[in-house]
Amino acid sequence: MADSTALLAHLRSLAAPAVPRQADSRPVEAWLGEGLAPAQLHEVFAFEADDGPSGAGFAIACALAADAMPLLWLRTEASERQGGRLHATGLAELGLDASTLLLVLVADEAALLRAAADAARCPGLGTLLIESWGRAPGLDLTATRRLMLAAESSGVTILSLRVAAEPVPSAAATRWRVTAAPSRALEADAPGGPAFQVELLRRRGGHAGLGWCVEWNRDTRTFQDGAFGPAALSGAGLPLAPGGAAADRAPASVRRTG
Amino acid sequence: MRTERPHLFVGRAEAPIAFVESVAGGIRLKALDREAVRAGLSVGLTLADARARVPELDVYPHDSHTDHAWLERLADGCQRYTPSVALDPPDGLVLDIAGCVHEFEGERRLAADLEDRLARRGLLVRHAFGDTPDAARALARFAGAPAPDERRAVKRLPVAALGLDDDATTALVRAGLKTVGDVMARPLSGIAARFGAEAATMVRRLSGEVKGPIIPRRTVAKIGVERRFAEPIARTDYALEVIGDLATEAAGTLAERHEGGRRWEARLFRADGLVQSLRVETGTPTRDVPLLMRLFRERIDSLADPLDPGFGYDLVRLDVALAERLDASQLKLEGGEAQKGEVVQLLDQLGTRLGRTRVRRFGSRDSHIPEQAELMLPASDPVPTALWVPPEEGEPPLRPIYLFDPPQPIESMAAEVPDGPPHRFRWRRTVHDVARAEGPERIAGEWWRREDIPTRDYFRVEDRKGRRFWIFRHGLYSERENPRWYLHGLFA
Repeated sequence: MADSTALLAHLRSLAAPAVPRQADSRPVEAWLGEGLAPAQLHEVFAFEADDGPSGAGFAIACALAADAMPLLWLRTEASERQGGRLHATGLAELGLDASTLLLVLVADEAALLRAAADAARCPGLGTLLIESWGRAPGLDLTATRRLMLAAESSGVTILSLRVAAEPVPSAAATRWRVTAAPSRALEADAPGGPAFQVELLRRRGGHAGLGWCVEWNRDTRTFQDGAFGPAALSGAGLPLAPGGAAADRAPASVRRTG
Repeated sequence: MRTERPHLFVGRAEAPIAFVESVAGGIRLKALDREAVRAGLSVGLTLADARARVPELDVYPHDSHTDHAWLERLADGCQRYTPSVALDPPDGLVLDIAGCVHEFEGERRLAADLEDRLARRGLLVRHAFGDTPDAARALARFAGAPAPDERRAVKRLPVAALGLDDDATTALVRAGLKTVGDVMARPLSGIAARFGAEAATMVRRLSGEVKGPIIPRRTVAKIGVERRFAEPIARTDYALEVIGDLATEAAGTLAERHEGGRRWEARLFRADGLVQSLRVETGTPTRDVPLLMRLFRERIDSLADPLDPGFGYDLVRLDVALAERLDASQLKLEGGEAQKGEVVQLLDQLGTRLGRTRVRRFGSRDSHIPEQAELMLPASDPVPTALWVPPEEGEPPLRPIYLFDPPQPIESMAAEVPDGPPHRFRWRRTVHDVARAEGPERIAGEWWRREDIPTRDYFRVEDRKGRRFWIFRHGLYSERENPRWYLHGLFA
């Protein structure tokens, strides 16, 4: 019985006009400085599996910039097999204190969604990071809508890290694409700190299609301009042409939701 | 007691059945059913002989693990009589029923009840009572001449009842000692000298002079509450209500002791003698009944086989297996830390559904081998005092965020200098051109454990696209001829 009432409530919420309840009027650049809007669902895509660590790094950096702790990291056993175990020392070197990190490992996607729904309703959490690999058909419009509602009522910021996946219609507030970027070289041509090429593919009620190259500064907990080096990368703040197709597709799906 | 493994027999024709085991010198019969015994077979016969005598014999391999598991299940079921049940492998159970017979108006009724239940499962049971576990075991396993009381019954048992090895038993029989009484009549020192100290100990145990230990399978819980039903209840939700009532009762007892439960176990005893167990665990001591019931419901939902009441449950028991101090003041304090409490509740809920070990936090261990330096602990365990050394300001991360265990082999191409990183490597069918590199960071094997573990030379490398990897060469060129390369982790 409880299920059907929940379903009805859910259908009603879908039918209601989707007005962003916490319309974020800040300039997009501020989001990167102060962290993504709290109590919302954000999607971080790494289209290729090799960009998975960059996506994870960006998601952690966003959570740290917003100071939304503790962080609960949800992942499937398949993610662990393909992408490796989480390494606390490395996470600490990004600025994430491993003692505030909780890891929940689930068997499959169905269990992932269920655990995510439970965790999204827990106001004690700061950030819920859901890591999924591949297509993950369960993370569809309905599921993301449900997560978004849960986030708005509990105040948990939900980051959905999608590795090796292409965007599908969803109810997320923002959608980012992250790829690795060459780092600022240190002495003797040693690799520097984490640098990412990020692209805002979609933003609810706002412009999309912007791209930045950023470097994560662990000590100040901020993103810095990361366009350096000889590689011809798009400069900071310049709109990005590539990925535009995905950006075009995404807003269309939003209109359909509304 | 001789169990006859009824789960294999269901729906079979009445052909004699034997279980066989490979031993030195061929395949021999290990266990037989009633039909096979009637056909004149006996344990220890070779399979070829048995087949010659009874061609229609059905033969199965003997599986001592399944037998043991079955015995464990029976032992679980026997906990309805007493919390102290010990296994007597391969096919016996010892129940310590001292002080437990009042429910049954006497031990004979208890035994009748037990035989009744097991007979319904097609089991043949032999039981005996004894002042000591050893006497009871001997009386149940061996048939002696009828006797008026326990002491004399034990004396009339054959010497085999002493449970010694075959050589010692044969030696006793050769010496003309046929019954346990014969052995008892001799001076113990003589017995010990001729047949070993073991024989003397067993004699003393059987005569009740020394009490052999009984090792119960589970420790008796601190707090246990139970409810018996004259009519078995067949509905799971009603059983849950009963668990709720019991939890309220247990919570009352806990409150008197200023304690809260951490580990709870509800056991549903079915009328046919089997038992189903539900265990839940909480991160902090609790007396919160609604919370517990939520966890129990979660537990039932996550069961691989759904609860099957069968003919119904006639006994429900709730044990608090682990209780810790929980004062009223602590309750208030938790209210203040509402947020922390919510996270703990969430972790309890997820741990109950997914399994305790899947909800984790990080701990550190004293090892410099990267994959051994970190521990994953169940989040419900006490908070580990991990020492995460803060990195130096301005330093890039020197350790990856993802670590592969075991490290993944890569194909290294065109290493420039013997001690340097490769120019290019192939991982998962993709070739990566190394643009930047730092290293080597040398991590020696734990030579104090094993000497032949090669040294690892680690490099942080970045490819042209900006992806950062942690790779190592397994072994110095001086240590081995063609050391292999591995990818150990991925940087953000």
